[in-house]
Amino acid sequence: MCGAPEQTIDLPPGTDVTNQAVIQGKILSGGLPVAGAFARLLDGTGEFTAEVVSSADGDYRFYAGPGQWTVRVLSRVGNGQSEVTTEYGVYSVDVIL
Amino acid sequence: MSRQDVLVSTSWANENLNTPGVVFVEVDEDTAAYDTGHIAGAVKLSWKDDLRDQVKYDFVDKEGFEKLLSAKGIGNDDTVVLYGGNNNWFAAYAYWYFKLYGHRDVKLIDGGRKKWELDGLALTTDATERPATEYVAQERDLSIRAFRDDVVNAIGNKNLVDVRSPDEFAGRLSAPAHLPQEAAQRKGHVPGAINVPWSKAANEDGTFKSDDDLSKLYSEAGFDADKETIAYCRIGERSSHTWFVLSELLGNKNVKNYDGSWLEYGSLVGVPIELGDPK
Repeated sequence: MCGAPEQTIDLPPGTDVTNQAVIQGKILSGGLPVAGAFARLLDGTGEFTAEVVSSADGDYRFYAGPGQWTVRVLSRVGNGQSEVTTEYGVYSVDVIL
Repeated sequence: MSRQDVLVSTSWANENLNTPGVVFVEVDEDTAAYDTGHIAGAVKLSWKDDLRDQVKYDFVDKEGFEKLLSAKGIGNDDTVVLYGGNNNWFAAYAYWYFKLYGHRDVKLIDGGRKKWELDGLALTTDATERPATEYVAQERDLSIRAFRDDVVNAIGNKNLVDVRSPDEFAGRLSAPAHLPQEAAQRKGHVPGAINVPWSKAANEDGTFKSDDDLSKLYSEAGFDADKETIAYCRIGERSSHTWFVLSELLGNKNVKNYDGSWLEYGSLVGVPIELGDPK
């Protein structure tokens, strides 16, 4: 789930993926998307970088740079996390709770 | 000031939803969040539309604040309990703002909207209606607000606490990683500033860390409790969170929030700027 850069996902118009790492994905529990979960992006040292709330479809997205990242998720149905190492491009990282 | 005077738990809040004289106020970064569900009886304040002057780059003036609070049904003697999304960033900003205009009794819900939701407490989309009041604000208390000249004059002799992320401090980014890069002319930080990101003061559920942990955090970063302090970030809301910690939780004297923050400082002609990671 933390795989090769993907270029086909709908990004906001004008998003330049040649100079950043877009980390995005779904938050899932029992195979179903979790809306309203709190997704935190932690850097390679475990430090907080940013936090967003997942959409109605369980989606989240961060704009970051090359590095090692952890997507840490808190929600009513449980917590979970996934790791990803990025360069530039779009990275799909789902988090299973 | 101490923790019990300025912070309430989500359970206290839930038990006091109908207590006369207690008004819940939601202030979010995402100004549409309230409309998707809010604490029953809470009124909404939009930091963009309600708290900022719509012409000049400043707060609403005293008359504007009086008009706003009167229309929202908030009285001078009410206990205002603030909460919001994104770890209370804008709720803390509103807390500082209410103090600036002299409101006596203001509190934050520890952990804000996130903790409320994680605790599984109820939200409603029912409209809140409160009878109008005749709110009277005090003159702005400038002892808690820093202006650009205060910041320049503080270099080398006061605590300057830059609460942005390490990448913003070092000059690699101009805004937090989840926001559009609304930018000042230059990146970097005020020379001599220490970097204590706001997030280090909070647990992952958004609640504040213990007083002991907080004291240790700032002293280890080089904070000198005997000096006056100015906190800043990019637009003054994350630094309100830290102002709240330093002034209201830890009881430090002479702590100011620089709400002009990097958006102003980084666009000033001729002021000194430092780049790179903390020394």
